[in-house]
Amino acid sequence: MKIKRFFLVAATALALPVAGMNVGAAEQPVKAAKSAKGKVSGANVFNRLLKKDKQRNAPPSEDGIHDAANDGTHVLQPPIIAYDGLPTTEFGNYVDWVKALDTGLLKPRYDRFDPAVEPLVMDLDIVREVKASMPDVVFPHKPHTQWLHCSNCHPKIFIPQKNANVITMSAILLGTKCGVCHGKVSFPITTKSCKVCHSKPKPANWKPPKSEASLKTPWR
Amino acid sequence: MYKSALIGLLGMMAMLTLPQAAQAEYADVVINNYADAAGMRPAVFPHWYHRIRFRCKVCHADLGFKFKAGGNKITMAKIIDGKFCGACHNGEISWSVENCGMCHSGIPGTPTQIHGSTVQRLVAPTYKSLDKKAK
Repeated sequence: MKIKRFFLVAATALALPVAGMNVGAAEQPVKAAKSAKGKVSGANVFNRLLKKDKQRNAPPSEDGIHDAANDGTHVLQPPIIAYDGLPTTEFGNYVDWVKALDTGLLKPRYDRFDPAVEPLVMDLDIVREVKASMPDVVFPHKPHTQWLHCSNCHPKIFIPQKNANVITMSAILLGTKCGVCHGKVSFPITTKSCKVCHSKPKPANWKPPKSEASLKTPWR
Repeated sequence: MYKSALIGLLGMMAMLTLPQAAQAEYADVVINNYADAAGMRPAVFPHWYHRIRFRCKVCHADLGFKFKAGGNKITMAKIIDGKFCGACHNGEISWSVENCGMCHSGIPGTPTQIHGSTVQRLVAPTYKSLDKKAK
């Protein structure tokens, strides 16, 4: 019995801080909402099921992936220091990388050895019409070619031909097509980033397309 | 009595291995293909640090890194041979392989992943480490 008691005590001692941390994480948005609006009940916070980032750009030793017991972890640069002065966004790293490159705040090398090599930039916008009422997608080649090489996307991910690629949001969210990078490294798909791609408004006389079934047997 | 002790022990182990809320930087890649099995901490690759210094093209076109966490089968032998990370981490462009702890800095047992990815948030777990497949 002594052994059992020991384990019970040990288990509860371990469980308490863990449970405490989780409770803290869950309550944080509630607290934030209360302080922002005064008397609002925490139960009705917008999308309470989606986790909110507890701490943006945490230093490596506190980020939950790096081992704080490892000496090398403390040598690493915390991201927040590197991001100082860069333009911000509301998603991903909270840094607008494309803007930072455009404004010359960042000058990453295009060649491993030679800092003078300039990227092969192509300025060509591709407009993809969206069937539903969402604004049409404009794909700008310019910011992509500033970072990447043609061979990164063509022809393996995108066939360089009009109407040859079927792209859906579900495919992107599952990590294919645009989702090979967007949602992993480049800006992710959040409710705040829709308009970055869906940026061309529909014409004023736009009407949703009718399905073949509704054309054959119309209701009225 | 021993049974209850065993249950207590198992409970403790479960508590320790429960996923805790990680707040690592978006796009940090944990590579744990071989590290855990070799008794090393998994390697953590900070995407943000590298993209400040190099464009995507340098690693993903010139050096042949695939767009997949854990998909490159990087070993220390290849790195010392000048491939993958070793193309720069050779003491010339960047620091050399002697600094084990600067890459191998992950919490032991962390699975291969891109941290904060949309895929990770939607359907988990999508990434399988190579040695688990072998078993």
